[in-house]
Amino acid sequence: MTVTDLTALLALGSIALFVIGLKRLSRVRTARSGNALMAAGMLLAVVITLLEIGLVDYRWIIAGLALGAAIGVAIVVRAQATQMPEIVARFNGFGGAASAFVALSLFWLEVVEAPGDATAASVLGGTAVSTLVLSVLIGSATLSGSILAELKLRGTLSGSPRVPGRTVVMAVLLIAGLALGGVAVFAAEAGVLAGALVVGLVVASLLAGVVLVLPIGGADMPVVISLLNSLSGLAAAAAGFALTNQLLIIAGTIVGAAGLILTQIMCVAMNRSLINVIAGSFGEGGDVEHGEYGHVIATDPESAAMVLEAAGSVIIVPGYGLAAARAQNAAHDLAKALLDRGAEVRFAIHPVAGRMPGHMNVVLAEAEVPYELLHEMDAINPEFSSTDVAIVVGANDVVNPAANTAPGSPIAGMPILEVEHARQVFVIKRSLSPGYAGIKNELFERDHTAMLYGDAKQVLSDLATEVQAAG
Amino acid sequence: MMGPLLISLYVFVLAAFLGFELINKVPPTLHTPLMSGANAMSGITIIGALTLVTVAAPSVGVVLGFLALVLATINVVGGFLVTDRMLATFGRRS
Repeated sequence: MTVTDLTALLALGSIALFVIGLKRLSRVRTARSGNALMAAGMLLAVVITLLEIGLVDYRWIIAGLALGAAIGVAIVVRAQATQMPEIVARFNGFGGAASAFVALSLFWLEVVEAPGDATAASVLGGTAVSTLVLSVLIGSATLSGSILAELKLRGTLSGSPRVPGRTVVMAVLLIAGLALGGVAVFAAEAGVLAGALVVGLVVASLLAGVVLVLPIGGADMPVVISLLNSLSGLAAAAAGFALTNQLLIIAGTIVGAAGLILTQIMCVAMNRSLINVIAGSFGEGGDVEHGEYGHVIATDPESAAMVLEAAGSVIIVPGYGLAAARAQNAAHDLAKALLDRGAEVRFAIHPVAGRMPGHMNVVLAEAEVPYELLHEMDAINPEFSSTDVAIVVGANDVVNPAANTAPGSPIAGMPILEVEHARQVFVIKRSLSPGYAGIKNELFERDHTAMLYGDAKQVLSDLATEVQAAG
Repeated sequence: MMGPLLISLYVFVLAAFLGFELINKVPPTLHTPLMSGANAMSGITIIGALTLVTVAAPSVGVVLGFLALVLATINVVGGFLVTDRMLATFGRRS
């Protein structure tokens, strides 16, 4: 058996680990082992590649692996639970950029820096150079789109400015990019000219990523990141075609396809279509709803605690505000205090509460809130009408009744947690500022709603202390 | 016999079908970790980068390959770690 046969067989093992790992990652009980299997598949893929390239100068390889691993670990160690979505966006941008750089490196090594004036197509073949251009285009657009998505998630960049004639601008950028790339690989004979044209391709692709993400509202970022993730998989697959590396093609394509399905699943959870999300319609046309708040009742933790002490059933509805204030432990304390009094306590989890689907589960699990207390939207919605008190903690759009009642609203049709059916609603919020969708929330004006203004962590701690003190 | 290009095309199409069928009915809890894990897997481009930085002499091409290797490694190592961190908090609750 030759080394090539051996590595080809091992590559099958790597692919099996990826497939089984990804499958297990989509089931709660097996998720963690699934992730470990995928990591093992990746390690095997690296080992296979090192075997394939044989004895070479390892300086760049060792330096690159060490530097990358150190930075990767540092980013994860320094991240807080609330920042996870941003971190995923950043890594995704890096992945896209890496595929673009792979294609660019191949181009420079084989064409620009190679002796003689031959076109890239004659050196590498027509298919390889076509996919090389695609890898640069998709990878670069993924990079700029992901950076923008991270800035929007972090709140550094707020608002979703409209780009006039966006579809046309987008089409022009893509066609220009492909044209520049096409000339560079098929026609340009002088290396320097080809290199300059490819730089043009990179610039056009980066701009296309910006134009794609810029007008999309922050609330849709999870879907956008999922889509960009799918794209970075395709960029890797394209790099695989350019390098004629089957393992790279397979793994990249699986991520591309699975990522697309996951994007679709997320859209369904938000009752939106992918086209609708990409069109950036979220937050537009909502101008009519920006109205001022009229009748809003405010209360304080002491009075609210008195209502809670008498409550037989309580549902806590966490939103991004809970994660941002790192109030998960305080929320758990309040739940424990209420449970000690014999009240029924449940947490209602909206599928897109927070900045990413499942965000609330991650945050609450960190505070060791028992899994049995967490209920998903469809299961808990019928329960609100028989509940004494609903406490909304830093959630806004996901409890806005306008989604059901106002057909013209930007969030019309989005499934919401129907907290308004509870006998009493408390809303813990810093102010009356609008949520991600940028619209007013009628819930806050209802007669049975009272606002508890302040930092979520502080208010929840005060409530827990008061309830405990009541004995 | 099929040429390498045709084999690549077969591989691409079959892998796409596999990816489409692999994921269905994911509980919302796992949307974020699954996206994060898939994102780490897209760092597979690391194996492409490895094949490009095999000579010591620095050139623009090698430096570009080195950047690809560093970025892909961050994506892979950080991606799997961050996914594990999310899932570790899940495990504790049972």
